Amino acid sequence: MASLTIVRPGMLTTIQDLGRWGHQASGVPVAGPMDSYSHRLANRLVANDDSAATLEITLLGPELEATGDVLCAVAGAQFDLTTDSGTVSCGRAFELKHGARLRFGRRTAGARASLAVRGGFDVVPVFGSRATSVISRMGPFGGRPLAPGDILPVGHQPARTDSVSGPYALPLPQGGARLRAIPGPHDAMFTPDAINVFFSGTYTVTPASNRMGYRLEGPSVARAGGGDILSDATPLGSVQVPLSGQPILLMADRQTTGGYPKIATVISADTPLAGQLAPGDWVQFSPCTRAEALDALHRLERRLAGHAS
Amino acid sequence: MTSLLDTGVQRVTAAGDAALVAEFPARIDPAINERAAAFAGALRAKWEAILRDVVIGYCTVTVYFDPLGVDGRWLEAEMRSMAGHIGEQEFESATVIDVPVCYDGDFAPDLADVAAFGKCTTEEVIALHAGRRYRVYLVGFIPGFAYMAEVDQQIAAPRRSSPRTAVPAGAVAIAAGQTGIYPAVTPGGWNIIGRTPLRPYDPARPEPFIFKPGDHVQFTRISRDEFNRRC
Repeated sequence: MASLTIVRPGMLTTIQDLGRWGHQASGVPVAGPMDSYSHRLANRLVANDDSAATLEITLLGPELEATGDVLCAVAGAQFDLTTDSGTVSCGRAFELKHGARLRFGRRTAGARASLAVRGGFDVVPVFGSRATSVISRMGPFGGRPLAPGDILPVGHQPARTDSVSGPYALPLPQGGARLRAIPGPHDAMFTPDAINVFFSGTYTVTPASNRMGYRLEGPSVARAGGGDILSDATPLGSVQVPLSGQPILLMADRQTTGGYPKIATVISADTPLAGQLAPGDWVQFSPCTRAEALDALHRLERRLAGHAS
Repeated sequence: MTSLLDTGVQRVTAAGDAALVAEFPARIDPAINERAAAFAGALRAKWEAILRDVVIGYCTVTVYFDPLGVDGRWLEAEMRSMAGHIGEQEFESATVIDVPVCYDGDFAPDLADVAAFGKCTTEEVIALHAGRRYRVYLVGFIPGFAYMAEVDQQIAAPRRSSPRTAVPAGAVAIAAGQTGIYPAVTPGGWNIIGRTPLRPYDPARPEPFIFKPGDHVQFTRISRDEFNRRC
């Protein structure tokens, strides 16, 4: 059976699929890729299902060695990629020959890349998913980030039947991103002025950010009064506001419930872009309706399917 | 105006484009929580095939869906319509779960702070904590963490001003009117008053989770020796 072995793990490399759905009522976090668009794109480049497990690579990339010939593709953050036989490109499938190494070099844009292999990473699912949840130690390799010597088995690789017609890559943030967000569900707990501050301010992703969430720094968002809420569910893209007034954007490894009021929720079409932000990047939020959110999501799907707009 | 006795859905609202929240009156109330659980059960029974997840809060039910596959406006209308028909459905007789707790020394770093909050002795804190039965309102945060209520007002100390970066597994803690057990080492801001040898989540067990909403919980004091025996 073919596999990839971790020679150097990079900063934070984990196995991810589309997430561990259906068990949040037991406190099991969804996890999954920070940039689900690039996860799916990488899979499509090697003719996998969108749900196949990929590697998520963060800021500093790994070095991997192939056992058996493995068809690979990298999408998302732009890295200089080299193999023993030369340079390869992000956004295009390439074969890593038996014994050859793939090295992630300089990162030129974005924060996280997805590496897909034809056949997917064949690790044992936990509660129906191969996603790694570091905070709850759940998933492959005991839910921990990958370490030197880890052997990642590659699933059965059927002969390729079709060449994948070019889906478009996600446009990457250039120093920051404007994210569209639907106000609520707890917007009534904030003064109109505070909501205005939130949607007009520029925030910075602080170093105290991770796969669970981004702690943002910027104009303080004041509550209309009252304390926290009684704990309830915390969807991807929720923007929590603790008493400090400094918002927290909840990301892939978020906990399933929380007690801070949520002023707005980033739309599904923009959470992949949020997943490409790094500490130091700026963020702005613009208000958006549900109809606009759905329209944006349809456009993103068309982009992934290879249509220009 | 909402009557204090009203325990029904107050509104259904969007939490982004992929989740909808049914909000019940915002208070810790067994009747409200039972209605939320009944509503969650009805939603699961009817729409399991199209919902990604159904999550109960203290007084909310959140449904997750794929906005490309499910019309959010239609689902919202369905939820409103179903909300009108939630009965006073009783839980099948609540399970009572006994949780042994050692309240000694280094297992209870915040016991003195809680006693100071309650203007009482640490022995009185223990007696009050173990002296009543709690209801599991929801399971959330991380796998197996049960939010239980309601803690006696006298010892309902608020969250610590600065959370610990690592709370040990099995730590029994209080925050405002709530009590809970940390299933694994995690950051946490609740006041730690004891430790249980019980593991709320253990993937090696045939049934990995001990607690579910609606369960009743009784804490029983054990000695350090007994704790060591049961670990």
